[in-house]
Order: sequence, then structure tokens, then C-alpha cells
Amino acid sequence: MRIRLGLIMIGLLSWATTPALAAGEITEFTLENGMQAVVIEDHRSPAVVHMVWYRVGAADEPPGQSGIAHFLEHLMFKGTDDLEPGEFSSTVEANGGTDNAFTSWDYTGYIQRVAADRLGLLMEMEADRMRDLVLDPAIVATERSVILEERAQRTDSSPGALFQEQMRASLYLAHPYRIPIIGWRHEMETLTREMALDFYQRFYAPNNAVLIVAGDVEPDEVRALAEEHYGPIEPTPGLGPRVRPSEPPQIADRRVIYEDPTVASPYVSIARLAPGREPSDQAEAAALTLLAEVLGGGQTSLLNRVLQTEEQTSLYTAAFYNGLNYDGGSFTLVNVPVPGRSLEEAEADLERMVARFLNEGIDPAQFERVKFLYAASEIYAADNSSGLARRYGVALTAGLDVADVADWPDVIAATTIDDVMSAAERLFSDSHTVTGYLTTPSEEIQ
Amino acid sequence: MIRHFFAALAFVATPAWAQVQIEEVTSPGGITAWLVEDHSIPFVALDIRFQGGTALDEDGARGATYLMTGLLEEGAGDLDAQAFAAREEELAARFSWDAYRDSVVINAEMLTETRAASVDLLRAAIVTPRFDEDAVERVRGQVLSIIAGDAQDPSEIAPDRFAALAYGDHPYASSGTGTEQSVAGLTRDDIVAAHAQLFTQARVFVGAAGDITAEELGVLLDDLLGDLPESGGQELSAAPWELSGGLTVVDFPTPQAVVFFGHPGIERDDPDFFSAFLLNQILGGGNFRSRLQQEVRVERGLTYGIGTVLSLADHRPMLMGQFSSSNNLVAEAVEVIRAEWADIAENGVSEAELEAAKLFLTGAYPLRFDGNATIAGIMAGMQQDGMPIDYIATRNANVMAVTVEDVARVAAELMQPDDLHFVVVGQPEGL
Repeated sequence: MRIRLGLIMIGLLSWATTPALAAGEITEFTLENGMQAVVIEDHRSPAVVHMVWYRVGAADEPPGQSGIAHFLEHLMFKGTDDLEPGEFSSTVEANGGTDNAFTSWDYTGYIQRVAADRLGLLMEMEADRMRDLVLDPAIVATERSVILEERAQRTDSSPGALFQEQMRASLYLAHPYRIPIIGWRHEMETLTREMALDFYQRFYAPNNAVLIVAGDVEPDEVRALAEEHYGPIEPTPGLGPRVRPSEPPQIADRRVIYEDPTVASPYVSIARLAPGREPSDQAEAAALTLLAEVLGGGQTSLLNRVLQTEEQTSLYTAAFYNGLNYDGGSFTLVNVPVPGRSLEEAEADLERMVARFLNEGIDPAQFERVKFLYAASEIYAADNSSGLARRYGVALTAGLDVADVADWPDVIAATTIDDVMSAAERLFSDSHTVTGYLTTPSEEIQ
Repeated sequence: MIRHFFAALAFVATPAWAQVQIEEVTSPGGITAWLVEDHSIPFVALDIRFQGGTALDEDGARGATYLMTGLLEEGAGDLDAQAFAAREEELAARFSWDAYRDSVVINAEMLTETRAASVDLLRAAIVTPRFDEDAVERVRGQVLSIIAGDAQDPSEIAPDRFAALAYGDHPYASSGTGTEQSVAGLTRDDIVAAHAQLFTQARVFVGAAGDITAEELGVLLDDLLGDLPESGGQELSAAPWELSGGLTVVDFPTPQAVVFFGHPGIERDDPDFFSAFLLNQILGGGNFRSRLQQEVRVERGLTYGIGTVLSLADHRPMLMGQFSSSNNLVAEAVEVIRAEWADIAENGVSEAELEAAKLFLTGAYPLRFDGNATIAGIMAGMQQDGMPIDYIATRNANVMAVTVEDVARVAAELMQPDDLHFVVVGQPEGL
């Protein structure tokens, strides 16, 4: 049984281990105003997914305005000079479509899915709200209440989510990845219409956007529609490369202990910074991706096999690698011990497994299985064009290009056991860690 | 391990795709399945569901079906748990196992190049699971941790308490995971019995989509399921409804209360079903236009999201909803919902609301057929719900035929403000 402990993963790694896709025709072009576009053809059904991704997220917020990127995402549905509040979504729905939006540290994205012959309508509306947002102060105030309720639901009511938030704030000493996407509550309460509009006017521009269209479309047709609707929009001048505060050398290990009486399954988590996927340089990230799999991925991984099955001292174990960010990556180990086993013991179990891994190496049969799974996942991924579209959106807003995404399966395939072992040596010897305990107040802490 | 009450019961409007041809396949051994053939990607998705689910647990063995389902991948045939997992990886097959109130659902995705061996492996899990003692203890421990987690999770407590209040002594009244006591007491015999009564040919429905022909599927069905007994196990009667209108507060320390609300619903084979379906879409059907989303979220900022569904649970249909709202806001949210309930019951909906709902539902319908796995699930669900194979062709016409008068009449019958019960888990102010 694969146990359900979803909270452990929140905000850490949604896209960490998804490989890129080889199947499906990919076409790339850039409009004269700087808007980049990717078309993914899937002619099995007459639907289309239309996405605009902005290269801006929670890690690009002005100091003291945590949550403004996400707040603006909500406000983007509140009307323009041409659309009434809510009219964007109701127009999509009247055409049988669905729409949504999402914010992360490196990106903010808007997505709709409709019948392919409605693509032009979507572009017309999305282009309109790229520059012509109109915000009523009363609506802004009500929506601020909505995002506070969202924070209450997703974070404040969940000890696991609060713990993750604290872990992240400790893992990054200076980089704004330490800030929660939703925002710190005390700062969210002070977010204003003007802050949202300042952020919008600077960052929502064609030269800071990626258009992704996936489905039953022809690239020429998409290009013509994009030129018609997005082409006339003026870029924001002087938008340079994204430069965020960077991490100083990390010279100390840190510990985070978060206690809450409603924690049902206490666990330990050990996080560290790691290299990420870099343009034309993805070999280290590929090795770390496979490392996470053989160490704590599937049921035959070392952590799972030894701690869950053989020793039966853990309810759940995992290794996560997050390598798809604009700035670097992270690597995290998790161990949920069986009742009666302490978090100190669980922590020691993780350290022992890492030592054993570095000593014993990788079973070649296991390594072959993991690589075959990766190759097969490309076949399964072709079944979901929305997923493919997201894959490109995440990669391009993380600073990679289309060729990097296309190359990724080959980079994985070319990775050897020796590559993984040397990456593991570097990872576990060079880095300082944040070790976190999520526990109840009654749990003994040494 | 997806088994959220809400998700498990959510009404899925059994979509389909105008161009997609569903074929009914009967194997040489007499097992039927619905198939959508599509050879563009070299894998097949299967959705195999056994009707009965956790509600079939025997008295004193609550949680047996849930635990049994979790054990299917933990050793089968001549493979122990680790060997089974290694084999699944080696074949790049993807199996998942979920236990709901009314069915146990097995999803399988298999590459064309490894399909024969993948079928053998899946067959072992379904027909000859081992239930080894060490696996039983390990998974029992996992289930107990889930039960402990649910007991501290307001979004689990709310529907669980609602069910306990509503369903009397019917199995629906308690969670399918079982309790700490019941799961601790489960024996291997209980698990074997749960497997034997549920996994029969009479209970199974199969949807298949992807790179497989009808002939190949026929052979696969016999290989996979041909050795199961033809029938067996108990049949359940309808669940009682013992809950009247009102509000129950479950004291729980959390900044934001979770609210579950509802009252009895409508059967799928009711002649008014489509009117009720449109009614629910307008009331709380999961998008920003719905009355409740507009009034509770957009206008007042009292929640991050609210929705309602027509649950088509086998033994008691319901109209129900869920949302979260801070302790100081939840009383107002409940008041707004009650007012909307009463308003629609008395006045029905407007022509414009109905038109918008029809446009959305009929336009979105063909778009739902999105990928092999989705299509397989839709077809298995349609069979489980007793729907005809040509349902797809008539569905949009049925939606379009509903009038505002129909909705008003059905609203007056279905929506009963005095029967509406709220379970609020939190520390609400003013309730």
C-alpha cells in the first residue's frame, strides 16, 4: 500500500521528478515584442489548452509584500476596461471551457481548456488582461479576505503545512524562496490595490511571458492568432534578467522543531540545497533525480525496502529532489517512524541509510528498472497534453529552453551508476542541512 | 490511497466524446468490458471496479475491505511484497488500488511491449494475493496511522460525523478505514473473507482504452478475471436517513472551521434527474458562477471555495456540500447558504442562470474525454451506474430539454431548507 501523506510534499516538489517529453510535435517561436511561444500538438481530441505563464512569482516580490504575486493572480479575474469582474471566467464557461490560475516562486500562470475552435477568443481575452486590468477597491478588499481564507485552509489549519513553511524559511537564509507563496499572514493583511497594480504593470508584459498551446491545433494557426492578439502589446522596457538575493555560503546545520497537539504521525525531514537543472547543463540534476529514485523513490528503493519492509521501523520514507527552479535546487529525506519509535531514532535511521548507500552503491538491476521507468513515463505522459504543457511552462520559467526540455530524457538515459554515486558523494559531503521534527508537544525532544 | 468521501461520491457526469466509439467486448469466457480503441500511444489503460466496496464489511470486521485493498500489491502468487514491487517496476506497469464505500477500484496502465507479463502480475494481485503475515502487520500499521491522522483532520471529521448522524446502523454510518479498535482486531481470515466476497465476476465492471484490439481485450479479460468465482457475498439494503435539519458543532481547535452540509438527494434513474443536475450546477456546481460561490466567496469573502454535489451513492443519494471558513466568519456563511437554499426552493432559478449552465455543461461534455486513463474510468463508472452504452449520444439533448419550470418544480421537492443539516468542526463564533 502506498500510504497517503500528501502534506509532506506540499510546496516542495510538484515537478521535481517529471521528465521531459519526446513524443508529440513541439514548435517554438517568439513574437517581435518578445513573447515566447510553444505549441504542442495532440490531435486525438478536438480540445486545446491555452496557457500564459509570466516569468514572475513569489520570489520576485518587493520586500514586505509577501503574497502579492498570488494576490494579483486572484485579482486578474476581476475585470478590465473591456470585461466586467468575473466575465473572463463566465465567458470561458459559456464556451464549455474551464479556467484556472496558479502561482509559484518562479512563475504565475493562467490556464484555460476549451474546444480548439475557441482559441482565438481566449487569446483575445488573455491579451486584454495582460495590460488593461481595472480594479475596484471594494472588490480588492473582499478578495483579500478570500486569500486570507485560502491561507487559513491550506496552511494555518495544517500542522504539516506550517512545518513545511518553517523548514523552507530555514533552508534558505537569504534567497526569497524562503517566503511562502501564499504570503506571511501579517503581510498579506497589508497588501493593497496599489501594490498589486505596481507589480502588474512591471511584470505582466509580453517580453516577460510564455504562451503555451497544447492540443488539436496547427502551429501556423497558433502563430497567426498569437500575432493578431498578443503581437500588438507593447513590452515593458528595461526588464533585465531576474536577479534575486542569493544565498551566502551555508556554514551551519540548522534544526526546526514544530510542535502541535494534532500531529498524528510525527516525522523527521532532512533538507539541503542541491544543484538544479541549468541551461545546457543538466547532467548533475539528472544524477540527483535518479539518486532520489534509488534512495527513496519507489517501493524497492533503499529507504523503503530496508526501513519499511525489512526492519519495519518506518511507516513511510522518501527522498525528494527538486531541481526545477530558476535558482538552484534542494534535496530532502523524510522518515515517518512507526509508533513508539522516536524521531531521534528515525533521524539516525536516515543517516545510517545514507552511509550504507554511499558504502554499498547501487544494485545494477535496480538502476536498470529505474531508468526503464523513466523511459516508460514518457509514453504515459503523452496521454496528458495539459501535463506536457505544464512541463514546458515550468521549465521555461525556470530559465531552461525548449531544447533542454527535449534533451532531458536523453540526459537521464546517459546517466551511469558512477555518475549517481559521485553526485551523491558531493551532495552528502558538501552541504549543511536543516533537520526538522514535526511532533506533538508530548514527544520527547533531546 | 485516494478515498476522500467527497471525491469518492462526487457526481461525474459520465462524459464522452462524440467521435469516440465505445465497443462492448465479451470475452470467450463471458466477461464483458467497454472498450475505446486508440493506437496512437503504445499503452492501454484499464479501470476495473468491484461493486460493493467497504460497505460490504461484515459486522465486527470494519476496515477489512480497506486493509485487503491495501494488501493486494504487497505480495501475490509466488512473489513477496518486494519481489512484486520490483516486477511492477521492471515492466513499467502502473497499478493503483482504491477502496470506496461502493466499490474497490483498480487502475492499471500497461505498456504494449510488456502487456502480457503485466497482465500476469495484475492477475496474481487480484486472484491470488498472499496476505503474508508481515505484510498484514506492516499495512495494518499504515492504516492505523491514517485513522489517527483522520481523527485530527477537520475535513475528515466533518463528513464522518455527518455520516454517523445520518445513517443509523448502516455501514455508511462509519468510515471504511475502520476504527483503531476494529482494525487492531482484524484477522487474516477477515481479510481473506473480504477478498472472497468482493472479487467475483458478478461484481466487476471493466473499462479499457488505448492500444488494444477487441480480440486482444477478450483474451486479456479471461486471463485476468476468468478464475474469479462467478458470484458471492452479501447484498446491502438502502441506508436509513436519521438526520433532521439543524446544525451540529464538533469542538476542535483550529483557526478555520470545516463545514459539511446536506440532505437526501435523488436517484440517477429518477425521471427528474437531469433537472436536478442542472439545479445543482446552478446552486454549487464547482465554478465561479454558482450561487453559493458568488454569494459566499466572491461577494463576501467568507471562504476560499464552496461546492455542492449530487452524490449517487448506491444505498442513499444525497445533495451535499463542503467548505471552510474562519471561526469568526462561519456563522455568516451558514446563514447565506440557508438563505440561498430557501430562495431556490421557493423561486427556482432564472432563465439566464439555466442558459449559462446549459452552455457550460453541453460545451464541456465532449472535452472531458481526455486521455486513455480518463476514458477507461468513465466507461467503468457508466457501467457501474447502470447507464446504457448509447447514453453519450442523448446526454446533451437531455440537458438542453430542461426548462426553468422543471428546475423550479424539482427545486421545490428536492431542496428542503428545514431538512438541511450542517456539521461544523472547529470553534465557530455565534453558532
